[in-house]
Amino acid sequence: MYRYDDFDRTLIAERVAEFRDQVARRLSGELTEEEFKLLRLMNGVYLQLHAYMLRVALPYGTLSSDQMRKLAHVARRYDRGYGHFTTRQNIQFNWIKLHELPDALAELAEAGIHAMQTSGNVVRNITTDQWAGVAPDEIEDPRIYAEILRQHSTLHPEFSFLPRKFKIAITAAAHDRAAVKVHDIGLRLHRNAAGETGFEVIVGGGLGRTPFIGKSIKPFLPARDFLSYIEAILRVYNQYGRRDNIYKARIKILVHELGAEKFAQEVEAEWVAIRDGQLALDQAVFADIAARFSYPNYLTLPDNPPELAAARKNKRFGAWLGNSVANHKVPGYAIVTISLKPVGAPPGDATADQMDAIAVLADRYSFGEIRVGHEQNLVLPHVAQRDLPELWRALDAAGLATPNIGLVSDIIACPGLDYCSLANTRSIPVAQELTRRFSDHEQARELGRLHINISGCINACGHHHVGHIGILGVEKNGEEFYQITLGGQADENAALGTLLGPAVPYAQVADTVEDVVKAYLELRERPDEIFLDTVKRVGIEPFKERVHAAE
Amino acid sequence: MLLNKTGKIVEDAFVRVADDAALPESAAVLISAARFLADPEAILRREAPTGVVWPNNRNVEALASYLDRLALVALDFPKFRDGRAYSQARILRERFRFRGELRATGDVLRDQFLFLMRSGFDVFEVKKEIDALAFAEAVSRYSVFYQPAADGRQTAFRQRLIRATEGSRLLARAAG
Repeated sequence: MYRYDDFDRTLIAERVAEFRDQVARRLSGELTEEEFKLLRLMNGVYLQLHAYMLRVALPYGTLSSDQMRKLAHVARRYDRGYGHFTTRQNIQFNWIKLHELPDALAELAEAGIHAMQTSGNVVRNITTDQWAGVAPDEIEDPRIYAEILRQHSTLHPEFSFLPRKFKIAITAAAHDRAAVKVHDIGLRLHRNAAGETGFEVIVGGGLGRTPFIGKSIKPFLPARDFLSYIEAILRVYNQYGRRDNIYKARIKILVHELGAEKFAQEVEAEWVAIRDGQLALDQAVFADIAARFSYPNYLTLPDNPPELAAARKNKRFGAWLGNSVANHKVPGYAIVTISLKPVGAPPGDATADQMDAIAVLADRYSFGEIRVGHEQNLVLPHVAQRDLPELWRALDAAGLATPNIGLVSDIIACPGLDYCSLANTRSIPVAQELTRRFSDHEQARELGRLHINISGCINACGHHHVGHIGILGVEKNGEEFYQITLGGQADENAALGTLLGPAVPYAQVADTVEDVVKAYLELRERPDEIFLDTVKRVGIEPFKERVHAAE
Repeated sequence: MLLNKTGKIVEDAFVRVADDAALPESAAVLISAARFLADPEAILRREAPTGVVWPNNRNVEALASYLDRLALVALDFPKFRDGRAYSQARILRERFRFRGELRATGDVLRDQFLFLMRSGFDVFEVKKEIDALAFAEAVSRYSVFYQPAADGRQTAFRQRLIRATEGSRLLARAAG
C-alpha cells in the first residue's frame, strides 16, 4: 500500500476547498453551466441522463480496507447504496446531488481518496496491472512509477487544458494485464541486455470511433528519463494536437497524421532539451516514494497446504479455486479475484454491503489491501493459501464467489443508455441477458477463456474493439442495433476485432452470440484452443457462414 | 483590466497598434506577430519598448533571437479550454530565458490564475471584475506543488527529501 503523507493530504484538502468554492459559484449563478462544466469535469463530475455522476480515482487500482469502507459509506449516504467499478480502475457514483458533492468529497478526502483528474482534458488516473507487486512474472512494482507519475501530473500547470483526455497505463510483467497498447501512452517496463530497467514507450493507442493500436516510439527509455520523456510527449501534443474537432483531438490522431516516426522526432527534439533538467529522476526521490509502498509481512508458508487439498473435495470450491485464484510471487500465498459479474447483474456494480463485506475479508485475509482491475472485478492480492476455503465460504455467502473470471460471462460493459447521456443503446441489459444464457459455469469452463466487451456507443468505453467478442450498440432509425466483432484482444498482442456482418437488433444479440460460441465449438481443433486462437487460425469467414446459416 | 502578479490593477503601458496604422516613435507598442516579423530589426531600432502578440498556433522559437530586446510577449487564450499558450509560456521562460513581461490575454478566468503564474505569466488581462477581486485567494489556494514549472517553486518530491535530510541531521546531533 502507498500511504499518502501530509503533502498529499494537504493537496487533496486544498482541492476539495477549491471545488467547494466552484460549486458555490455555480449555485449562486456566478458561473454559467458552460464555465462550470470544464471545472467540474476536472474533478470527476459528469452530468448524466438523470443526475450528476461522480467518478472517484483509485490510483493504479490499489485501495485499503478503510478506503473501501469509506466508499461504502459514500454509496449509502450520498448515493443509492451502490457504486460501479470502471475499466480504468475507478469507481463511479451515479446519483450524487450537486450541492452535496463537496461534502462527499470531503469525506472521501478523510480516507485519502479524491476525484482529481478522473475526467476532463487532463492526464487521467494512471492505471496498471491489478496484480502489481504480487505477480510472479513482473520485474519490478510498476506502481512506484505510477505514483510518481500521478503526483507529477496532478494539477500540472501546463497540461490542465490538453486538446483531449489523456490516459497512461504501465505494465511491468511479461503478460500485459493493463492494456497498455490501447492507451494514449503505454509504458512497458523491462530490462535491457545490460540489466538496466527502462521503458518501452508506446504512443497513440486508443479505442473510440477511430481505434488504433499504439505505436512503439522508444524501445528502451532509461527509467531516470521517464518523466522528462512523458513531459516531452505531452508538450508536443498540447501544442500540435488538433483542437478543431473533438473527435480528432486525441493524440492517436496526431500520431497517425504526422506518422509515428515524425512524431517520435518531435518528441525527441523536445526531450533532448529537458531531459537533464529537474525532471531527471533522482534515485533518492525514487527510493523515497518506493519506501512509502508497504508490503505485508508474509509468513513462511508452504505451497499447496493440506487445508487446500481437503477442501478441493467440494466441487464448487474446486471450481472457484481453479477459476478465480492465481499464483502469487510469495510461496504459500495466492491472488484472489472477486467477480463483480454475478448472473443477471450489471457488470462492475457492488453494493455498499458488499463493499463493507470485502473490507472485512481484506482485513482478515489480505493484509487490508484490495485492488480494482480493468475488467471491473476486485482482487484480494495477498491471501494465504490455507485461508482460501474459509475466504471462499465468506465470499460465497456475500454473493461474491461467481467462478467466471476470464470466462464468457465475465463481461466488460459501459453504463450505456441506462445512465450515460452519450450512449445510443443499452449495454447493461445486453450483458445481463448474456450472463443468463451462459449461467452454467460448467459449460462456461468448457468454453474456456472468452472475453466479451460491450459498448453502448462509438465512444467505446466498453472496449468492444478489443473484446474476443465485441458488441457495439448503434442506433438505426430510432432502434437499438448491435455490431458484432470477433478476434480483438487488449494484451501484449493487442488487435482490433473484425466485423462479423450487419448489425443485429437488440432482441437478437444474445442468440447471435450463442451462434458464435456454437461455431467456435465446431471449429476449434482441441478443447484447449481458446476462442481467440480459433478465430486467428480460421479467420472470420467460417464464423460468418455458420452464424448466417443459423438465422 | 490588467492585473500584475500581486493582483494589483495596473495601467497598460503599451498601446495596441493595428497592422495598417503608423508606429508611434516614442510610445511603447503592442503589435501583431505578422507585423513584427515583417521587419523585426527596424521595429526594434525604435527608442520605445516593443511588445508582440503571439498567436497560440505558432512556434515561439521564431521569437528566440529577438527576446532580449522585446519588452512584452502577449500570449492568447482564444478559449478557456485552449491550453496551448501554457506550453509557449514555459518554453519562453525556461528554455529561452525571456525576462520581459509575459501577458495572458483572451479568455482569462480566475480558475486559471495559478496555472498561468506557474507557467511564467506575470500580467493577466482579466475578463471579469469579480475574478480580479478573487486573485489573491485563487493564487494562494494551494501550498503543495508536485511538479517543477517556470515559477521555480520547490516540488513536494524535493521538500520530502529536504525534510528527511534535516530530520536525520537532527537525529545525528541528538545521538552525538
